[in-house]
Amino acid sequence: MPKPPSSRKRADDRFFRLGTGFFALLVVILVAGIAWELYRNSRLSIEKFGFNFWRTTVWDPVAGTFGALPFIWGTLYSAFAAIVLSTPIALGIAIFLSELSPRFLRTPLTFLTELLAAIPSIVYGLWGIFVLVPLVRQLEVHTPDWMKRLPLFSGPPLGVGMLAASLILAVMVIPFTSSVAREVLKAVPATQREAAYALGATRWEAIQAAIRYGRTGIMGAIMLGFGRAIGETMAVTMVIGNNPRISVSLFAAQHTMAAVIANEFTEADTDIYLNALIEIGLVLFLITLVINALSRLLIWSVTREAKVKETKRVLPAATESAA
Amino acid sequence: MNIPGRRRILSKIVVGLCGLAVLIALVPLALVFFYVVKQGFASLNWAFFTRMPKPVGEAGGGMANAILGTFFLIVIASIVAIPVGVIAGVYLSEYGKARFATLVRFTADVLNGVPSIVIGIFAYGLAVLPVHRFSALAGGLALGFMMIPIITRTTEELLNLVPSTLREGALALGATRARAAFGVMVPAALPGILTGILLALARIAGETAPLLFTSFNNRYFSTRLDQPIASLTVQVFTYAISPYDDWHRQAWAGALVLVAFVFTFSVFARVVTRRLERMHRI
Repeated sequence: MPKPPSSRKRADDRFFRLGTGFFALLVVILVAGIAWELYRNSRLSIEKFGFNFWRTTVWDPVAGTFGALPFIWGTLYSAFAAIVLSTPIALGIAIFLSELSPRFLRTPLTFLTELLAAIPSIVYGLWGIFVLVPLVRQLEVHTPDWMKRLPLFSGPPLGVGMLAASLILAVMVIPFTSSVAREVLKAVPATQREAAYALGATRWEAIQAAIRYGRTGIMGAIMLGFGRAIGETMAVTMVIGNNPRISVSLFAAQHTMAAVIANEFTEADTDIYLNALIEIGLVLFLITLVINALSRLLIWSVTREAKVKETKRVLPAATESAA
Repeated sequence: MNIPGRRRILSKIVVGLCGLAVLIALVPLALVFFYVVKQGFASLNWAFFTRMPKPVGEAGGGMANAILGTFFLIVIASIVAIPVGVIAGVYLSEYGKARFATLVRFTADVLNGVPSIVIGIFAYGLAVLPVHRFSALAGGLALGFMMIPIITRTTEELLNLVPSTLREGALALGATRARAAFGVMVPAALPGILTGILLALARIAGETAPLLFTSFNNRYFSTRLDQPIASLTVQVFTYAISPYDDWHRQAWAGALVLVAFVFTFSVFARVVTRRLERMHRI
């Protein structure tokens, strides 16, 4: 015989809601905690150097001079170059897998491209040191002289440097951009393509219509890749040369924010040194936070309205859970 | 109907280029696999799994302590992350429409994109700085923090796939919401949730950056929470940037073990996922 809910049961339900809600709150607290902890441990450097920290270019821990501009430069440069290299390929993959691929190829190809995201960063780095860097060095040695006169390709052929870092970053970023862009394209209503075909469009023109419809989401996918590239640490630090000097040359050894933290953190022997490194971490955190938040909003704006319940996969693949 | 030739050719070209893009992306994948397998197999031997590292300059030895260390770190991370992640996921699926739930979902996604090195600094400030000692606990915490958002989101998604009639049935029989969630919904989604946890484990097992200055490294066997501990990834990094050939050899062997681990988990998760998909579609 069903009884009306007792007050005891209602109290139980309340407790359940608050109890599970507390654990959900922990996720929010975690992010706030990261911000607070990083700020707290970098106060020395923030107070001492102020904005000059980010404007000056000399990084000399022994002399107590800390200018972080070269790291910002290296981070943005490498991430930007990686995006330029990876975006056409990632979008091509997304279009192929969502619009063109024959059915029997779709699943294995999706799995393979997503496997790129499953390879640990350290393995990319190891491969970078022993396989990619020698290749890049060969490429640099054989660059024609007229090209070497351009600032973009100037400098000795070291192998390690911006070019190797950008290439490895591009490979690492492809699966993230392509899997999100694929989700976005999948979320575009079929009527968009059908309408295009009905008007006599070719395949490519119909795809263009779909891309136009999902363009905010695709922007989001590219930004997500950019955020990934900015935060990538191990593979970059192993091939970029770790030289804090600003240069426009792709052949020059440079440095990034994440790499300098990885390299020098355990060597930081003074409080101010440690604080300076943590301040770099704080800014890295804030940059990725903003980029991620923006890209999420862009992606959500497209995928949320889509009714893709039937085709939605049960488990997100490695890339999505990581994205 | 006739589509003018130029447009048709352009369309063909673009379709071809998209296919080419897939091939281009598979080249680095194949190259990385090829080298890791080739170099790794050449260097992998029984000693790698059973021996301790030798002092600098002496050939031989293995990474037994690092393998054990990675395992130990993963266990700590799981203890931290699984309860929080799963329960937060239950909340999101039960009260998903609340504004707070949207905030949590958003924060979890954002947390997922925070660079692992930053998580490392956080764990350092939390567990290393106060006691002035690198520790397994700090490393495990860092990895655990990285797992939380992944587990939260997969748990939520999998619970949402369980037909809500199950929940309604339980509630109609007089169950409390807690009973309906933990007694009915979670068990129904359990295989998927476990797979999600496995995927999260596979991902953090390959992390290096957050361990560099939390669990640090250790040349010896250690199972103590308050002492530095070796890990496979940090060991591979140390060996990779060293000038010794024998260490490079061992780094490749370590990379092979890592890749094999990650690959097995991914394939396994993929198989389970497909089976679940088929089950739920009926």
